[in-house]
Amino acid sequence: MLEIRWHSRAGQGAVTGAKGLADVISTTGKHVQAFAFYGSAKRGAAMTAYNRVDDEIIMNHEKYMEPDYVFVIDPALVHTSDVTINHKETTKYIITTHLSTEELVKSQPKLEGKEVYTVDCITIANETIGRPIPNTPMLGAFMKISGMYEMDFFKESMQRVLKKLPQKIVDANMLAIQRAYDEVK
Amino acid sequence: MAFDKMELKDIEVWDGNFAAAQAMRQCQIDVVAAYPITPSTPIVEGYAKFQSDNFIEGEYVMVESEHAAMSACIGAAAAGGRVATATSSQGFALMVETLYQASGMRLPIVLNVVNRALAAPLNVNGDHSDMYLGRDSGWIQFDAYCPQDAYDLNFIAFKVSEDHDVRLPAMVHQDGFMTSHTAQGVHTLTDDQGYGFVGEYKPMNDMLDFEHPVTHGVQTEEDWHFEHKARQHNDLMTKVMPKIQTAFDEFEKLSGRKYNIVEKYDTEDADVAVVCLGTSVETAREVAKEMRAKGIKAGVVGIRVIRPFPFFEIQEALKDLKSIATLDRSNPNGAPGMLFNEVAGCLFNTDTKVLLSGKVYGLGGRDLTKAHLVELFTELQANVDAGKLTTPQQQFIGVRGPKLSFL
Repeated sequence: MLEIRWHSRAGQGAVTGAKGLADVISTTGKHVQAFAFYGSAKRGAAMTAYNRVDDEIIMNHEKYMEPDYVFVIDPALVHTSDVTINHKETTKYIITTHLSTEELVKSQPKLEGKEVYTVDCITIANETIGRPIPNTPMLGAFMKISGMYEMDFFKESMQRVLKKLPQKIVDANMLAIQRAYDEVK
Repeated sequence: MAFDKMELKDIEVWDGNFAAAQAMRQCQIDVVAAYPITPSTPIVEGYAKFQSDNFIEGEYVMVESEHAAMSACIGAAAAGGRVATATSSQGFALMVETLYQASGMRLPIVLNVVNRALAAPLNVNGDHSDMYLGRDSGWIQFDAYCPQDAYDLNFIAFKVSEDHDVRLPAMVHQDGFMTSHTAQGVHTLTDDQGYGFVGEYKPMNDMLDFEHPVTHGVQTEEDWHFEHKARQHNDLMTKVMPKIQTAFDEFEKLSGRKYNIVEKYDTEDADVAVVCLGTSVETAREVAKEMRAKGIKAGVVGIRVIRPFPFFEIQEALKDLKSIATLDRSNPNGAPGMLFNEVAGCLFNTDTKVLLSGKVYGLGGRDLTKAHLVELFTELQANVDAGKLTTPQQQFIGVRGPKLSFL
């Protein structure tokens, strides 16, 4: 079982990102689950979304999760919420920030000794898509860190997932995914 | 009016809401009247989108409340059409008056209920308070444990509800957020398969058949009221279950997916089991398997049909067990809990020596964790070892503060 927790703000696309990832993985024959904690979240409020992936059908519906990966797609959440909650020794973190990994860990001691990768998904999204929607670039970074799929396959799949959007936006998302893949450290 | 068919992948990643909306589209409903409410909103939103995109031939009626939504459904069903809607929680509560009208008038309507807590305090998350509120309303109630079930049970609900020997409305329940907003793989039917299963709507006593005038919504006082109600109960007790079984069998032939009135998982040789509803059934199945690795023979009994209540099927499923717990996800407010009461009723007057305890859990969407279930199965095994209940009969799971137990 592969488990992922997303830290996001409502409106940044974590749910869409989690569902998009689930959609891509599902086409490879694996079983998937994607869900989120909502409550009465307003746009901009901190929220979490989740992915589960397994070879067997997923019957676990508990919301509790000890994630293998933590994705943080809003830079401030590292400091305003505990992104390390319910972590395992092997939990990997991919965090959106303009800081270097060293600077980030220094600014948030909870990340010390953990496997932390950084990428500036907000800037990438602004420069490609033209809006600070950091969900698809985070998936590009995840492909690099996890080595889950070849980029060609992943981008082709994401084009299908995003097919309802105008072609210009789809192309910008592909650019964002590639840039995050190349830039994550 | 021509409408378009939709090409679906064999497996789509859908949440429970979208799965229900797709099933409704494939059933080609004549009238959907709706007043959206969280967490069921995406069902009627998705359905409305299908209609505006020309995937649906029927009418979509926007109304001013849930009471009006069900009232419009009743009118359309009496007129002679296939009818459905969706709601949750406070909206369901507002519908209650009209739910009794629908079933008393013997109108086949399918209502998707995305289960959510009832205020106060206000809460949008999933528990079974609204489901329990509907249990004496004379409707058939199916329960989904995951998005796949929510999709499949819609077809089955139309099939059973519209049967001329049944003519009773049916609810399809799914857990708010835990099913409704959780995307998982859903095996689809093609549009032709789905519509073929439910078939063309065959009206009965329809008001638009002017050659055969009928009256709906009559008044009967002490002269006839009891006979009408008794007949409705009789049909629920004797006619509905065989029709559900037939629909399950036919659906299995079509899809390969098998549903049972009572779902039994690992119970054949089990000593301990939990009886529950919704997503908890699946989480408990996973934990029961893990308990077996620890030497505890654990099983799970899921109730697929809540009304009519599967009295004999439950009796059969539980009689050889040694210790069981019922899991009620609704505040009993001064009673042991619906499942505890119903299950106790099944087991009374039998020879079984099974020990029964009731748990209240998960109110307002509070997480039922695997750790909770491990503790519960361990406690049930302790009952088996002691030969008696080692705890009070009613306990609360997962509530903060001092441990709550009663009875």
